[in-house]
Amino acid sequence: MADTGFIPKEKWGAFIEGLSTKAQVYVPCLEGDTVLFRPFGKEKTLCFERPANSPPKSVIFPQSDTLFSFTFIKDPDNPQKTEVELKEHLDFPKTIVIGSRPCDAKGFTVYDRPYTETDTPDPYYKGRREKTTIVTMTCNSPSAGCFCTAVGGSPADKEGSDALITEVEKGYFIEALTEKGKEILQGPGVEDGKAYQGDATKKQEAVHSMVKNPFGPKGLGKVSPELFDNDEFWDNAVSKCVSCGACTYLCPTCYCFNITDEQTSDKGERIRTWDGCMYVHFTLEASGHNPRPTKFQRFKNRVGHKFSFYPEKYNGVIACCGCGRCIRYCPMSVDISEIVSNLQGA
Amino acid sequence: MANTINPYLPEIVTIKNVIEETPNIKSFQVVFNDPERMKTFTYEPGQVGQLSVFGVGESTFVINSPPTRMDYLQFSVMKAGEVTAALHDLYPGDQMGVRAPLGNAFPYEQMKGKKILFIGGGIGLAPLRTLILFMLDNRADYKDITIIYGSRTPPDLCYKEDLNEWEARKDVELILTVDAEYPGWKKKVGFVPTVLNEVAPSPEDTIAITCGPPIMIKFVLQNLAQLKFKDENIITTLEARMKCGIGICGRCNLGSKYICKDGPVFSLAQLKELPGAI
Repeated sequence: MADTGFIPKEKWGAFIEGLSTKAQVYVPCLEGDTVLFRPFGKEKTLCFERPANSPPKSVIFPQSDTLFSFTFIKDPDNPQKTEVELKEHLDFPKTIVIGSRPCDAKGFTVYDRPYTETDTPDPYYKGRREKTTIVTMTCNSPSAGCFCTAVGGSPADKEGSDALITEVEKGYFIEALTEKGKEILQGPGVEDGKAYQGDATKKQEAVHSMVKNPFGPKGLGKVSPELFDNDEFWDNAVSKCVSCGACTYLCPTCYCFNITDEQTSDKGERIRTWDGCMYVHFTLEASGHNPRPTKFQRFKNRVGHKFSFYPEKYNGVIACCGCGRCIRYCPMSVDISEIVSNLQGA
Repeated sequence: MANTINPYLPEIVTIKNVIEETPNIKSFQVVFNDPERMKTFTYEPGQVGQLSVFGVGESTFVINSPPTRMDYLQFSVMKAGEVTAALHDLYPGDQMGVRAPLGNAFPYEQMKGKKILFIGGGIGLAPLRTLILFMLDNRADYKDITIIYGSRTPPDLCYKEDLNEWEARKDVELILTVDAEYPGWKKKVGFVPTVLNEVAPSPEDTIAITCGPPIMIKFVLQNLAQLKFKDENIITTLEARMKCGIGICGRCNLGSKYICKDGPVFSLAQLKELPGAI
């Protein structure tokens, strides 16, 4: 079986629609001015021209997810006695994400290490990840704030994807990267891709060279321990931050969460929701003690996690994919690439 | 690990006994509803568990009964927030959820053949209690055991039955203190770090283990350094707000280490390597 394929432009819509009969398909949809990953529907306006405002992380890591439900059962013979019954929610549908960007796919690989490659894998993340095919699209051009090449990525990077689609003049060239990716080549209207490989490679190389590198010609250097532990540096760096946490929600690699219970009458659910280390309540303890009470300590933790703590734990891998969303959408124009740049030793 | 397939799913336990330790601390003695599980459950002194009140939430507490006494698992809860308040409303016969054991344990193997110095404050005696009882159940393995323990007032001292027993034993030295004079109190008066300096234990062949409020730990560590204890011979156990208990959710990290998974037990030597730990 060939590992490449080609879909002519006019058959692109039918291809996606065809896949949606076999799996739940998520595609970037235009809603007002915003592009968001939504379940495919004929009425949706698809938008593959630019990266979605929000990455597709919610497909595998839903913003709100029921871990299990609980039911209280009263003993009819002894009304004071109540039993609790728990029911897990571990059934996940077959899912395909079409149109993620290489940075978004790298985001999933940052999740994979703490969520799946441990002695206590997270069954919700792992279950969805295994059932999901990530079909990534090579970027047409970098957006403002993009810096993927500076953190080991590329606008045509294959890491974390099951298939990579590159738009060429007459359609879409598909390269299957995994067994799940090969299944995509069985979709309706897929033709032989060999003739388009050259065009795709050219385009991938061209867009690669267009991404800016905020860390200068030498690239990302070592974080200076003196600066990293200098409170004044952080206080100055984040003085304009308003702790809104938008950066954490839009980040393909931010994976902090909260767990809460919701109950009505005799039943309820334990729910996991996205959370963010930029919020003051995140680490606030019931006693009133807060190990990260100031904004700069929280910001230092966020940058530290991506550029220092995570790499320390996982063989130097940087937990930032350079998608630039936190820079593009920060209401106060806080620029993580600038801060990290300033953190490097001389 | 409690549940190898789903680490988020608690096991159901039933409360057998509730002890009112102090006006705001209760101890819960629980057993698994599945009697087989009670037999297969293993843990080491210092490991923690997440207690669930379904409909309210989860919080982390140390298992403060030792693995040498497996009639029940004991957790002590100070009433402070929503979950602890809900736990305080539970009575014998009520059910709750447990995810345990989580985290690491005291390095009790490396402590064999050494003199042991425990320094505790308030509810901070809970993790120390596990190790103290474990050592008393394996008394021959350890040399002198000294316990310095204090609280604000005499009614705030936890585990009063244990304290009476340890006081009566000849192979344990127990030094009790309270922060201020109190009617009828004839033992030491003063903060735990000050009493530590008065007692001035020798660092020779000794491991110090401390737990208490952050401010107490801070000064105890300073005073142990003055007494010439080496960083690697000072052990403490930390707590932080936790949700997942398996090193993912991002709350309890100190740099690249997670208190819930890489801790809660750390030596001072280890903590000095971590940003913001002390």
